[in-house]
Amino acid sequence: MSLRTPLGRVRGLGSAKEGTAHWWAQRLTALALIPLVLWFVVSLIVMTGAGHGAVAEWLRNPVSAVLMLLLILAGFHHAQLGLQVVIEDYVHAEWLKFALVTAVKFAAVALGIGAAFSVLKIALGG
Amino acid sequence: MAELALPANSKIRKGTDHKPPEDARRPRTFRVYRWDPDSGETPRVDSYTVDLDDCGPMVLDAVIKIKNEIDPTLTFRRSCREGVCGSCAMNIDGTNTLACTRFISDIRGDVKVYPLPHMKVVKDLVPDLTDAYAQYASIEPWLKTETPAPPDAERLQSPEEREKLDGLWECILCFCCTTSCPSYWWNGDRYLGPAALLQAHRWIADSRDEHTGERLDALEDPFRLYRCHTIMNCTKTCPKDLNPAKAIGEIKRRMVARR
Repeated sequence: MSLRTPLGRVRGLGSAKEGTAHWWAQRLTALALIPLVLWFVVSLIVMTGAGHGAVAEWLRNPVSAVLMLLLILAGFHHAQLGLQVVIEDYVHAEWLKFALVTAVKFAAVALGIGAAFSVLKIALGG
Repeated sequence: MAELALPANSKIRKGTDHKPPEDARRPRTFRVYRWDPDSGETPRVDSYTVDLDDCGPMVLDAVIKIKNEIDPTLTFRRSCREGVCGSCAMNIDGTNTLACTRFISDIRGDVKVYPLPHMKVVKDLVPDLTDAYAQYASIEPWLKTETPAPPDAERLQSPEEREKLDGLWECILCFCCTTSCPSYWWNGDRYLGPAALLQAHRWIADSRDEHTGERLDALEDPFRLYRCHTIMNCTKTCPKDLNPAKAIGEIKRRMVARR
């Protein structure tokens, strides 16, 4: 039971004075992903049935490699921003919320760097 | 976690079927949510049949008729009966609206009348709006200035500046929008909800107010403002045809503009 006033409850810990950067980054990465995903899907269709060598050759092209890196960067950044919002929406136990958001951020960084390293390894010749 | 099923004390059981009047020429059945905190029982849905030939055209007319002539224990709020006070906001035919401006003839089949969703119920159709009012108070809904008012005149606004308040000042705080918002359902303890945010924008957009920045500071928060995911239920349900989603968008636009 709490005898705190409704206004005190609503004001709580006050404004976090942030959130705009998160929201805006989500919009900008979404915008960037439109052409990048289109390019990626078209590239996949074009390469249907191509062998490992042909795909590696395609990824060695500087334009493909740079676009691929941009796709990975924007994609994983956008995904972790969005998943954070979904978790904050639906998970209300503080410890679980913290654990899930942290796991998502760690996973996004690990997978993103892993994917980028793979592209660089092929593009720069390993 | 988000609640996907109703808690046990909110499970609705079948209530009393009040017999229709025998001489009714245009009978219409109303299924009304009932809950009495003193009974210790779970909520129920009672049904009442009203002769539309002997009743006003609005849902509120029928609800008042039910209370006056069939069941005086039915509890609800109402006052102005013309869409100005916001007291009779309830969920009618699955949509939050004002009972006094909703035509019975616009509804097909039985008329289902429930309290505003996801709020604590005080009794029957009366929701507990304590927190919603506190959220409204928290946005400090009054003019805040440093410059003293002219000694012999009101604070002036150009017609263009005044126009920017249209679509905002008309809000009657019925909370149809706030209680229709899934984000408010899941995080109503921290998210201010569309009604309070539209009201916040009413003061942010006011050319006479000198605390715009502080107002934005107070809203800049992942929960207070940014729980709005532009779901648009608020705009769809507003009985005054206002656009809270657009007002929230305007607040976000200003947040980006001042970066």
